[in-house]
Amino acid sequence: MTPSADSGAAILLTLQLAAITTLFLLLLATPLAWWLARTSSRWRGVIIALITLPLVLPPTVLGFYILLTLGPDGWIGNLTQSLGLGLLSFSFTGLVIGSVFFSLPFAVYPILYAFEMLGRRPLEVAATLRAKPLDAFFSVALPLAKPGLLTASVLIFAHTVGEFGVVLMIGGDIPGETRVIATQIFGYVEAMEYEAAHRLAALMVAFSFVMLMALTRLRRRAGAALP
Amino acid sequence: MGLLRIMAFVRTAALLLIAALTSTPGRTGEVHVAVAANFAAPMKSLAIAFERESGHRAILSLGATGQLYAQIRQGAPYHVLLAADSNTPSKLAGEGDAVATTQRTYAMGRLVLWSRDVDTVDAKGEVLRRGDFRRLAIANPKLAPYGAAAMQTLSTLGLLKTLRSKIVDGANINQAFQFVASGNAELGFVAMSQVMQAGHLRSGSAWIVPAHLHEPIKQDVILLAKGQDNPAALALLRYLDSRRARDIIQRYGYELP
Repeated sequence: MTPSADSGAAILLTLQLAAITTLFLLLLATPLAWWLARTSSRWRGVIIALITLPLVLPPTVLGFYILLTLGPDGWIGNLTQSLGLGLLSFSFTGLVIGSVFFSLPFAVYPILYAFEMLGRRPLEVAATLRAKPLDAFFSVALPLAKPGLLTASVLIFAHTVGEFGVVLMIGGDIPGETRVIATQIFGYVEAMEYEAAHRLAALMVAFSFVMLMALTRLRRRAGAALP
Repeated sequence: MGLLRIMAFVRTAALLLIAALTSTPGRTGEVHVAVAANFAAPMKSLAIAFERESGHRAILSLGATGQLYAQIRQGAPYHVLLAADSNTPSKLAGEGDAVATTQRTYAMGRLVLWSRDVDTVDAKGEVLRRGDFRRLAIANPKLAPYGAAAMQTLSTLGLLKTLRSKIVDGANINQAFQFVASGNAELGFVAMSQVMQAGHLRSGSAWIVPAHLHEPIKQDVILLAKGQDNPAALALLRYLDSRRARDIIQRYGYELP
């Protein structure tokens, strides 16, 4: 299996996209999940429903709205233009924004689940030992929620690598900028370059399998079964 | 008693279903048509008029010509192909997936450089030389003849190298149009039929690309092997030659051969 230069560029770009999206989503989803796990706000249900939307919506719906939002008539487009950044559609940054929305539920759910499993007890104990809430969060809650964070990381990464519909809608298929593995395979298949499509597609199957195996291993070591 | 009634109901329902599935109302039929994306709007009008005149229903599938080609090669159940070029129908005929004798040109397409802003594109297309824009949308040149014509135009003008990094590909000409219409790309190469009606620009600004800058966009229709025994497919081919059909095609900004 020796992917061509085109495929190589697409693989590199996809890995970058997945890594950056994973990082961003962990930073975003952890506090969000923490709040959701502890709040009794009546907005909780609404927020959970909103977070879950990308899971049930067709990627074309997401892609369509993200394209409009990033465009000159959308609020993100307005914002980036007034900041002098121009428009983000057809750019790597645009793909990161799309991927963050697309994989949001895959980030929030495992972490939320881990925090909920924790219960209130460990933090109460920490409080009696005079740990400030923030300290308790970092030195008690976060380490205990490690299996959830690991699961979230693997799921976000794998889900972003597998992203297709959203990229197709907002990417514009630019080599080295927005042409990821999934759209590269689509391009090969459409142009009937089945040989090249095969090589890349087989690589994806192998990669996804290895990721899922790694997830099971990691979680077993972290002392938890798959939810 | 209840059970008997339910069984009677189920039997009636089953009979109705079988009747619905096997019936052939009169002599009307269905024809599955693969249509190049640039011709979507006129083909929808044509399908309505065709059904009114013949009673046959035309079911349309849209895509870039290259995309449709791949689908047909893989056994897609289309009866007629309206391509955006003449190579693809010839190739299909050569490969035994279409009937060579039925191939002919149904329309000549024109390429237009278009922006949704009123003063972005000048009457001579100088905006391409200035290059003061971020993105130029075209249809995927590997799959869409209009995309290939756009690339030829840029290379005839000697601008391919300088503009290459600004090009964004739509999966077909409709996506290229949509990139421009939503403002995500400032300008793009689209089909004249997408932006003009009866010789007038519907909105924005445009440059009608002179025909000598690219190979002519000769759009051919061909009967596919799967449609050979379908009377509705043959009727559609005849209809495309009719006076009324030719009027509709012209009204959408195409020239006739």
